[in-house]
Amino acid sequence: MEPLVQFFYILLPFLRDWPEWLALTVIGIVAALLMFGFVAIFALFAIWLERKVSAHMQDRIGPMEVGGWHGWAQTIADTIKLLVKEDIVPENADRILFKLAPAIVFTAALAGFAVLPWTQDFIPADLNVGLLYILSVSSFAVIGILMGGWASNNKWSLYGAMRSASQMVSYEIPVALALLAVVMNAGTLSMRHLVMAQSGNILDWNVFNFFPLTAVAFIIYFVASLAEVNRTPFDLPEGESELVGGFHTEYSGMRFAFFFLGEYANMYVVSAIATTVFLGGWLPPFEFLSFIPGPIWFVGKAMTMVFIQMWLRWTLPRLRVDQLMYTCWKVLTPFSFAIILLIGLWKVI
Amino acid sequence: MKQYFKNIYEAIATILVGMGVTWRHLFTRAVTVQYPHVKRELPERSRMQLFVDMDDCIGCMQCQRACPVDCIDIKTIRAGKEEDLGEAGNGTKKKLHVVQFYIDMAKCCYCADCVFPCPTGAIRMTPEYEFITYDRSSLLINFSQYSDEERAALEERERKEKEAQAAAKAARLKAAEEAKKTAAAQKDESKSE
Amino acid sequence: MKKSNFPESQFELQIPDPLRTDEMTLSMGPQHPSTHGVLQVILKTDGEIVNSARPQIGYLHRCFEKHAENITWHQVIPFTDRLDYIASMNNNLGYAIGVERMMNLEVNERAEYLRVIVAELNRIASHLIALGTYGLDIGAFTPFLYVFRDREKILDLFEEICGARLLYNYVWVGGVAYDAPEGWREKVLEFVDYFEPKIKEYNDILTYNKIFIERTANVGVIPADVGISYGVSGPSLRGSGVNFDLRKDDPYSVYDRFEFDVITGKGEMGTIGDTWDRYWVRVAEMYESAKIIRQAAEQLPEGDAKETIPRNIKVPAGEYYMRTETPRGELGYYIISDGGKMPNRVKVRSPAFCNLSVLPAIAPGVMIADLVAIIGSLDIVLGEVDR
Repeated sequence: MEPLVQFFYILLPFLRDWPEWLALTVIGIVAALLMFGFVAIFALFAIWLERKVSAHMQDRIGPMEVGGWHGWAQTIADTIKLLVKEDIVPENADRILFKLAPAIVFTAALAGFAVLPWTQDFIPADLNVGLLYILSVSSFAVIGILMGGWASNNKWSLYGAMRSASQMVSYEIPVALALLAVVMNAGTLSMRHLVMAQSGNILDWNVFNFFPLTAVAFIIYFVASLAEVNRTPFDLPEGESELVGGFHTEYSGMRFAFFFLGEYANMYVVSAIATTVFLGGWLPPFEFLSFIPGPIWFVGKAMTMVFIQMWLRWTLPRLRVDQLMYTCWKVLTPFSFAIILLIGLWKVI
Repeated sequence: MKQYFKNIYEAIATILVGMGVTWRHLFTRAVTVQYPHVKRELPERSRMQLFVDMDDCIGCMQCQRACPVDCIDIKTIRAGKEEDLGEAGNGTKKKLHVVQFYIDMAKCCYCADCVFPCPTGAIRMTPEYEFITYDRSSLLINFSQYSDEERAALEERERKEKEAQAAAKAARLKAAEEAKKTAAAQKDESKSE
Repeated sequence: MKKSNFPESQFELQIPDPLRTDEMTLSMGPQHPSTHGVLQVILKTDGEIVNSARPQIGYLHRCFEKHAENITWHQVIPFTDRLDYIASMNNNLGYAIGVERMMNLEVNERAEYLRVIVAELNRIASHLIALGTYGLDIGAFTPFLYVFRDREKILDLFEEICGARLLYNYVWVGGVAYDAPEGWREKVLEFVDYFEPKIKEYNDILTYNKIFIERTANVGVIPADVGISYGVSGPSLRGSGVNFDLRKDDPYSVYDRFEFDVITGKGEMGTIGDTWDRYWVRVAEMYESAKIIRQAAEQLPEGDAKETIPRNIKVPAGEYYMRTETPRGELGYYIISDGGKMPNRVKVRSPAFCNLSVLPAIAPGVMIADLVAIIGSLDIVLGEVDR
């Protein structure tokens, strides 16, 4: 928490005069609200962007009416619609679990934001095991999805939940291994130090380290992270044409909105991890561009990754369950093991 | 093993090819039309709303007979001998008051089968397609130019005419019967004599 | 482990298998994104594996055959539009030719050529939808909109020639409802030129995509003998390697004057008769249809397309079975006339219905995702299944 507190003390000097517990509480609440606000705004923007990107890729133009300029307010209108809709809980659903599930999914996504290094000084929590924390926190979204699918008392939801459980648990492994390849070299799990180890110009970024080994690790991480956040071609838990709506078949209104928000927040989190670990975080690609502040670089790189996720989504068909497992266990996992091995050898030699 | 690497290569290659296609389309012009702002010009043969030009309609009911879904409902009243209803566009003389010409656009199946048999070209399909309403009953269009009073008057006249005809017929029948009776009576009389 | 209740007993105690799982009955449809309408499939599943699939049809039954007995010969045509609403021209054509043959009616040359052009255009439109929705079933959304973009151009052509975009009522007994307007022929040729290169785009984004191939190859194999014994026809049967196309084997209209190939599945990506083959037959058939359209449009004779339309359709008493090749397969009209104003009976042998009937035979053992792929590859239209 130290850098964040420092940051706030610099920003608002009068906080120093307050008792420490009060200042810490205020800083904590403000930071949490900031994160929540960012997630909400990001999700609104990303949904709008996804609509626009998909529309233009399909020779359409997407929303154009609400708000005037290219329908920028369309998602706001949709969110309001979702929020005022009737809150339906199926009759035979497990009410408590049903209501809890979206909250858990969203919390898991939001908790990931705690360790994202926006810039050198602004990290909500600079844990020395930041990467480990983010991996473990993001993996409990699966509990929420499983809960939602089970509690809905709907067979399609159950299928979605089962698929999602097997998928997300399996893909944890290539994700962790691909990140490990970098961690081995950097020798730290702290997000801040991971970025700082990459300082210099674009060639010092981890993607180009041990070329092409980490580049492959980056691709493995990217593919596995797609599966982690249930995006096409790994969107089996939702698999609209097979499972109607997958685990959120029975959800509507605000609870559905929270699943949606969680999905988009997750998209950002995995992109942000990729940025931090492989793409030099808040660092500019070249020294002379350092006048642009770090957060802009960070968000910009993460948004590029988000865009690539969308691009893939609107290009590819969906895999089947067994092929999904094949990709994970027979392609991604062996390759990431091999990369760890090779990087180890490289370092020794 | 070779197959394994070939599969991975193919997967990556074809995914990149597909991404290339979508990337190119990201910058091509949209083919859609922003409907309420921009409206497509429909070809003249477009089969949308039905329209009947009552000046041309001669009430021959060909369209009603041709309709496969019975969405046309016509009622006509014969014109009086001294009445002149004018002529249709192609010179056919009108002989019938078309007091009712309902077309139920909610039932219409837009097959245009009614258009072809019309001898005067009165009924036709127009490219007009924006006729949605909040109320289904307003899709029932009456093309007849006769007001309710005129229609009532004509119906009254027809009823009277029919009554008169029926009365005349009855009178004729009665007369014939009486004539028969008298003839029979005369016969009887002549027989008895 | 104790095997029996008593040492000498011949009755063995059934010990439940601890790993045995229960079957789950899953009702797929009638409201389901990939049943292409209102089809319900009752699935018995063991996890992701389908043990049996039973299609339940009838949700879109509209009594076409009974209707046809109570309307005049001509009025049946708008109703045939609504059988297979994606390929209405082909439906009109079969009925019209059937009635013409019963009447021994010679049809004007120009009308015949126009019929072939519109039927083949409609075949392309129908195959495009099959492609797009198949992509949708597999999970690729974008090809769907690409094919609709091109289908829209065909519909524009149809709108220009007959005024309707979906239910045409264009092919009449004895001819066609309207002659082609000025410049229509050139537009058709222009469209064919535009369209042929577009097929490569679909191939790039969908057909040769590795994920798509993995999802479709070796899935839902219909062996040729199974296909024939279930009465599968059209691209679904040709995908199994059977060379059966009524346009070649039992030519009607003027199809015998054009050069085109019958596409059969070769099992390029897997087994012969898998879903990829069926899909590929449709893609390749679009090329062939484009070839036919180009020939027909270039040879289109002058004349009055409405010349031979009879004022009153008088069908002599008798019966006739007319079969044509629609985009879905062999569409048969069995028409009985008693010489009156209305058909005595019109029985429809609908290809989609027969194609669907093969589903229970090939479904056991596939995964749920594969079942979606199989239903998609049979390219059913529920309007025709239920009539």
